[in-house]
Amino acid sequence: MHGRLIRRLFGSVMTGATYGAAALAILPLAVILAMLLVKGAGSLDWNFFTRSAVPFGEHGGGFAHAIVGTLIIVGLACAVGVPVGVSIGIYLAEFGGGQLGFAIRFIADVLNGVPSIVIGIFAWTWLVKPMGHFSALAGGVALGMILVPILARTTEEMVRLVPNSLREAALALGYPRWRTSLVVVVRTAAAGIVTGCLVAVARVAGETAPLLFTALGNQFFSTRVQGPMAALPLQVYVYALGPYDEWHRQAWAGALVLIMLVLALSLFARAVVRAKRQHA
Amino acid sequence: MTDIPATALEPELAPKPTAEERWRALRTVSRGDVIYRSLLTVLALLLPLLVVLIAVELVSNAMPAVSKFGFGFLTHSTWDPVQGQFGALPLIFGTLYSSLVALVIAVPLALACAIFLTEFAPRWLRTPVGTLIELLAAVPSVIYGLWGIFVLIPLLRDHVWKVARHALGWLPIFGGVFYGPSVLAAGVILSIMILPYIAAVSREVLLAVPPSQREAGLALGATRWETVTTVILPYGRAGIVGAVILGLGRALGETMAVTMVIGNRHEVSASLLQPGYTIAAAIANEFSEAVSDMHLSALFMVGAVLFVITILVNTLARVLVWRVARGSAVGSTAI
Repeated sequence: MHGRLIRRLFGSVMTGATYGAAALAILPLAVILAMLLVKGAGSLDWNFFTRSAVPFGEHGGGFAHAIVGTLIIVGLACAVGVPVGVSIGIYLAEFGGGQLGFAIRFIADVLNGVPSIVIGIFAWTWLVKPMGHFSALAGGVALGMILVPILARTTEEMVRLVPNSLREAALALGYPRWRTSLVVVVRTAAAGIVTGCLVAVARVAGETAPLLFTALGNQFFSTRVQGPMAALPLQVYVYALGPYDEWHRQAWAGALVLIMLVLALSLFARAVVRAKRQHA
Repeated sequence: MTDIPATALEPELAPKPTAEERWRALRTVSRGDVIYRSLLTVLALLLPLLVVLIAVELVSNAMPAVSKFGFGFLTHSTWDPVQGQFGALPLIFGTLYSSLVALVIAVPLALACAIFLTEFAPRWLRTPVGTLIELLAAVPSVIYGLWGIFVLIPLLRDHVWKVARHALGWLPIFGGVFYGPSVLAAGVILSIMILPYIAAVSREVLLAVPPSQREAGLALGATRWETVTTVILPYGRAGIVGAVILGLGRALGETMAVTMVIGNRHEVSASLLQPGYTIAAAIANEFSEAVSDMHLSALFMVGAVLFVITILVNTLARVLVWRVARGSAVGSTAI
């Protein structure tokens, strides 16, 4: 009887320990968000969103060039990555039952684990080196290549949620397979696919490493995609490592804007996906 | 699921087909189907093509360094762009060492989180806690780096180490003076970053353990904790190992946060308190400012090493995870 008590006690202690571990795991997120708010919120003023960087010593510089740069580069990434990634996802869900589908799925997962900086090097060899200069276009393509394997997998999951009876109904009405797939299956899964895109975009919007030697960064406002362009994460990186307190202050503010963007996208997407899964 | 041509459904518009014609019609695929499927297949083949192209570019650009330094590239520790001497040992060592530190911290915590989320947490708590842990993976790397520089490093240096020095200072892995940027700081940041991946995949693996296993354990008189350690964890062992290796893959390739806190010094030191360097950090710092073609080639070479390591690690992880939760996409997406 005594041994049993000890065993149960030990079990309770370890159960409590798992509660502690979960709390400890969440702690950094809470601390980081709190620090961003404390250190960054004070610097978010009108200038921050409307003006670009100014030389050190002048006051009133902002992150407008970086925010616009991020929007442009992420837009380019979507233009490159979304059509390809979503198509591959549809392929995996609709025709991916065989050996080739298995291989593609496997490669998508492995490619997902390839460090983003390696993708950056690849974009450099294909776009920056031949063109002779850094460009936002190369940055967008690099991010687009990161999007593809993520989107392939999320799209596949979403398309698989579509009930087979819908597919069978369309086929029974005489639709060819391709129309069934596009008009019935993919359209039914469209909301899920869009949320998958949002999650993926949230992830690449915060990527810095692949932009270091593609988009390079820029202290000036620029919308020219053939030239170097600033981006939010790049600007945060440069300012964080810089020597001035003013820069550090702005780095925190930039980081706050970046994380709000990323968290808003991923939380929104998560809510939609959850509602959808419960529905299905 | 072959489609039925319109003629088969409208017999009054077409001459009645014989049984054989009908059979053939059912097997025929419309031209649109062929185009649709081929188009998607071609796009899908872009993925393997991309892997091959990356490998080709890395290797071909690394050839000058390979032919000049040979195998010694991986075992020498001089990295002097001005003199044109390149040895990648400190980079490889730093990459492995910082990732190891991250695993030591993150694996027990992540496993405990996964056990908590699948076995012990009250139902209403599972979704919110799971979401919060997964959100750790959504925080951009550069923000971890920023936080590392201005919060974590001062905390470790001025508070944690002041207390811990008396107890641990005699250990060789804590030797030397602690200035802040160090392998330890990088390892701690990395552990926070890889925890959500390991936790999410382990959770998926534990969920895939059949309820009958759990019930059998309890029926034999084991406590719930004993069921976890003697039945559930052994059952999901392969998948959990896969989850850990997946986390390792993330840690090896992580760039920005590490660059910002590891100190970026080409040196092999056993002490966690000393600065180090990783492959990804070296590429991030030096690639766009390479002083010579040989310097660039050396960076391509370490990039190729990193590429090969992460491909191998991720392949292994996938095989192990898929064995338990077949085809599972967990960990490959941010959801």
